[in-house]
Parts: sequence; C-alpha cells; structure tokens
Amino acid sequence: MTIAPPLSVSHLTVAYGERPAVWDVTWNAPTGLTAIVGPNGAGKSTLLKATLGLVPALSGEVRFFGRPLEEVRDRIGYLPQRASVDWDFPATALDVVCMARYPRMRWWGPVPRRHRDAARAALAQVGMEGFAERQIGKLSGGQQQRVFLARALAQDADLVLMDEPFAAVDAATEQAIVTVLRDLVAKGRHVVAVHHDLGTVPDYFSSVLLINARVFASGPVGEAFTNANIGATYGARLALLDQANVRAAEARAS
Amino acid sequence: MIAYNTAVVLLGCALLGLAAGTVGTFSLLRGRALVADAVGHAALPGVAIAALIVATLGGDPRSLPPLLAGAATAGVLGVLAVQALARTGRIREDAAIAIVLSSFYALGVAILSWLQTQPGAAQAGLSKFILGQAAAMRAEDAVVAASVAGVCLLVCLVMFQRLRAVCFDPDFCRMQGLGVQKVDLLLLGLLVLVCVAGLQAVGLILVVALLVLPAATARLLTFRLPRMLAISAVIGAVCGAAGAWVSALRPEVPTGAAVVLALAAVFTVALLLAPERGLLAQVYTHLRRRLAADTEHFLRAAWEAQEIAGAGPGTAGDRWAPIGAVAAARGWRIGRARRLAFWLAQRGLVARADGNVHLTPRGAAAARRAVRAHRAVEHHLLAAGATDIASADRLADLVEHGLPPEMAARLLPEPSALPASPHQLGERRP
Repeated sequence: MTIAPPLSVSHLTVAYGERPAVWDVTWNAPTGLTAIVGPNGAGKSTLLKATLGLVPALSGEVRFFGRPLEEVRDRIGYLPQRASVDWDFPATALDVVCMARYPRMRWWGPVPRRHRDAARAALAQVGMEGFAERQIGKLSGGQQQRVFLARALAQDADLVLMDEPFAAVDAATEQAIVTVLRDLVAKGRHVVAVHHDLGTVPDYFSSVLLINARVFASGPVGEAFTNANIGATYGARLALLDQANVRAAEARAS
Repeated sequence: MIAYNTAVVLLGCALLGLAAGTVGTFSLLRGRALVADAVGHAALPGVAIAALIVATLGGDPRSLPPLLAGAATAGVLGVLAVQALARTGRIREDAAIAIVLSSFYALGVAILSWLQTQPGAAQAGLSKFILGQAAAMRAEDAVVAASVAGVCLLVCLVMFQRLRAVCFDPDFCRMQGLGVQKVDLLLLGLLVLVCVAGLQAVGLILVVALLVLPAATARLLTFRLPRMLAISAVIGAVCGAAGAWVSALRPEVPTGAAVVLALAAVFTVALLLAPERGLLAQVYTHLRRRLAADTEHFLRAAWEAQEIAGAGPGTAGDRWAPIGAVAAARGWRIGRARRLAFWLAQRGLVARADGNVHLTPRGAAAARRAVRAHRAVEHHLLAAGATDIASADRLADLVEHGLPPEMAARLLPEPSALPASPHQLGERRP
C-alpha cells in the first residue's frame, strides 16, 4: 500500500483576469519540510491559496492525504501572510490564537477553557506566553508573526501550509519559527512553506518546489535545488538581490 | 413628568441606537460601513412602490408594515446589486456602492414625484421616510424597535466569537470551513433590519450615521472588542434618546438630524480627546518624541563641541561649550538651541552661562549614551555597507533614539569603549 502524499496537486491552473498565475502545476508534496521557491509574482502564494480554495482555480485537482479538502479540513493548518490582516483590529494575541480552535467549538458562546489552554500552550511554544493578553496592534512585527505561527500550531494539523513565514522578521522570531518547524517534523507532521530567501533553503528545508507560474523542478534540496534549476526558474527576471542570495546558496553548497 | 408619547419616542430611539451600535461595530470592522448607506438609500423606491401597491389595492398607504417590507426588499436588492457589480471585476466596490445608491434613490424620488401628481392619498407622509420623524412614533413602533434591538443584541453576544473571527481574518475562517458566507449574510440581515427599523425615526439618508458613528467613536476609545461593543451600544442609545428629546422640545428640528448631530458631536470630542488615538494625544506624543530627539541631539552636539576643542573622547563633558557651536553642529537657528538649553537647564542636564553650556554629571552621562548610540548606528551602517560616510550621520540621527545601551554595545566592535566619530565633526548645513 502506498501512503498518499500530504498534498498532491494535478494540472492546477489559476488566473487573475487574463494573466495566468499558476500554470498547469502537477506536484506531489513530499513528507517533511518543503519550500516553495520562485521569483516575485511567480504564483507561490496563489498556489497555496488555490489548494485551500481561497482563490478559484480554473482547472485542476487538489488532494490532501489523498482526499478532497472538505473531508480533511481538520488535518490542515494555515499561516497566511502577516500583511493579509489589519493588525489594528481590536483583539488580543490570545483571541487570535483561539480562532484556530473554532472548528472544534460549538458555533455560539464563549471559548471553552480547554481550547483557551491549548491556545496558551501554542503561544508558549513560540515564546509568546507573556503576551497573551497584549493587544495585537501593540506587538512588534516579529511578535505578530509568532502569534500567527501559534495560531497555526493551535490548529494541531498534520500538514501546515505557510505563506512567507520568514518575511520581515527579527532574528528571535526567525529562530522561533525554525525551532517550531523542526518540532513539527519530529512529531511526524509536514510543512509546505512559501519561502523567499534562497540562501536559507538548504538550512531550513529538506525538499523544494521551484516554480515560476509552472513547475521548474521539485525534489529533495540536494537534487532539485541546483544552480541550473534556480537559474531556469528565475530566468531573465533574476533581480540583483536574488543573485546575491544565489551566490550565498552556491557558497554553502560547494 | 414626560408625556407618554414623548417617553415612547425616547425609548424607541434609544433602543434603535443600541441596536445600531452593536451591529454597526461588526459591520465597521468587516469594512462594510458604506453598505449601510446603500441599504438606506436603496430602500426609498421600495417604500414608494409598496405605498403605490397598497393604495391600488385599496388599503391604507400609511400603514407601516407593508412600507417597511418594501423598504427591506429594496434594501436587500440594492446590496445584491452592489455585490453583483463588484464581482464583475470591472468596477471597484466603492464605485459600485455609489452607483447603486444614487440610482435606487433617484428611482425612489421619481416614483414619489409621480405619486404626488396622482389623485388619492398614496403619497401622504412618504417624504417623512427621507428625513425621519420620530414624533410620529407610536407605542407599536417602539415595540418594533425593542424587538430589533433585542435580536441584534442577542445575535451579537451569542455569535460574538464567530463574528469577530470573520471580521478579523475571513480567509482563515474560510480555510477552516467556518461558513464565512453565512456569517456575512447574517450580518447583512441585521444591517437591513436596523436600517428599516430606523427609517421612520431618523430617515433613510441619515440611518447610515446611526450604524457608523457610534462604532467609529468607540473604536477611538478602546482597543478591546467587548468594550468597543458596549461603548458603541451606549453611545447609540444615549444619542438616539438625546436626539429624540431635542426634536420633541423643538419640533422644527427633524429627529434624524438631531440624533446624527449628537453622534457627530460625541465623535468629534472623542477624535480630539481620546487617550492614545485622539488627535491631541497624538500631537502630544509627537512633540514629546521630538523633544526627546532634540535633547539627545543637543547633548551630543555639546559633547562633540568639546571633542572638537581638543578634549579626548574620555574627557569630553567637563568643559564649557558655546551654544552657538551646538546650533552650528545641528544646523539649528540659534533661538532653537537657546530654548533647548533653557529647557535642559530646567531638567538639570546642563548649566548655562554667557551663551555657553556645561554638562552636569547627569547631562554628561546622558550625552555619553547619546554619542555612543549615534556612533554605534553609524558604525553598523558603514560596516554593513548600507551607506557612505557622508550620509551615515543623518541616517543615524533618524534611528538612534530609544536604542537600548546593550543594543549599542552589540553594534560596536569594542562594547565598553566610546569610539571616535567615523566622520569629521563640525558644522552642518541645514
């Protein structure tokens, strides 16, 4: 018997207006930690959102653990981009993390104690236990990112999809995220993360998907994350900063 | 003793304000404030057509239930039209709302004008729906207002968690399969309910204010959602009653206008005086920050003036420095430097004599910290290749304030020593 991959996508195409953002992507996410890498506007976030049904797909099929999303929603976690919400919203860090437990609660009434405790435990896991009652607008950017991470953890999912978890965070937060990722894998969970920093791909992830609207390469970092594949994915759009990152990655690889 | 009729009107308007305050809180947070405007304006043709139908069928066109049913139907149609227009992707939602709102309203005005040319009483009293006339409220209407308030309060309290989650992060809720669309529909339903119930009292043009102003005011006053909900409800209720009261005393003032003016007054006061988010608080914070920055800049310039005069980095702080040199180093007018010197002398950081300043021990310690922070940032920027020598000074001026000493120590190659300036000290062109 073969075990179904945590996430499998076949012939997925998504377009905004006339412009295709994700083009005929067929891909099986491996177990463990996987990075989705590609240039700006390559459809990385769109791919994640499309698998979760947050943006409509023109065609294609998505399976989580071999089943459609509706049947396994409770096994999937999600960490959206930090900028996708208004952090001025009147809520505390604990309020936000509790939102992860709503599918397990009745639709009315206050948050039951045990879910509150689970949310607090998730906050502690990212080093934010002292900020539970803090207004989210009064947290630093890195702390806000850790609140989102705690929320994804509180979902207690087998597969967590993360959209740029490392974007614009401080060193402490980056370290907290890395620790959490490794903990998840140690517990047999899986993570698929959109990642923008080529230099840290080999350090943080075991597998990689290189995408620029369509799939350019995928597989274990050692095999797929090669200069030739990176060059092909980034193509002529290789920006100066990305070049620097590639060089750093090359230096590490050699 | 308040007359029975006045009491009914006061109670009705207060309950209406309460309902609008609670529902308005969530619709504001969901970014749907303008939808209330669309519902209100779109209701007019519904009222007019309902009156026409009732009159044609031989009923009393002034009886309220059919008119309100017409208003609700047209209001919902208006919102659906907005959503359909926005979904085409050709028009943004704000434009879609403006289009629907004005078109429906124009249609309502046209039908009303035509009704007025017709024999019979179909048009009688319909214009009161435009500006509102709470004085016409009867006990039954107050009961309607009470029911609406009860429903809104109950739903907002019972569904509090869901409503908050959908307002904060709808995509996350959708991903979890939480029925975002159902929650949105529920919120829209409550919005239409409040709008329609408020038509008679405040009128369809101003009903949006009832939904937006209490919530917006409460938003300025607190960072906690439960408190925001309570404050918004109370403001809505109090202003609703106050407006009705004024309108009862001076019948020439329409209730809607009185209620909205009361709400606007409360909002304005909150906008000016709210702690943290109020304008005055923000101006105060800004001025305090600027003074703190000026203080650090002044002390550093006084310190560096002594370094220029030949004191080594370790001994600067013991001599007198001319205020003129401080002003020149900062590119300040002499008056600004003198005022700062006066202020710093009040705080015991410098002593003044004959246009010179001398750092007190406390002032010297603060100056040393400021110099260290500044040079640490400069050093860091230069080491990272983020800037050249010419700009490092100015860039550091922007970010050095509030830099904790231990962070400065981390940025410097020799944590305990005070480094020399990486650039030449002296005058600065403003």
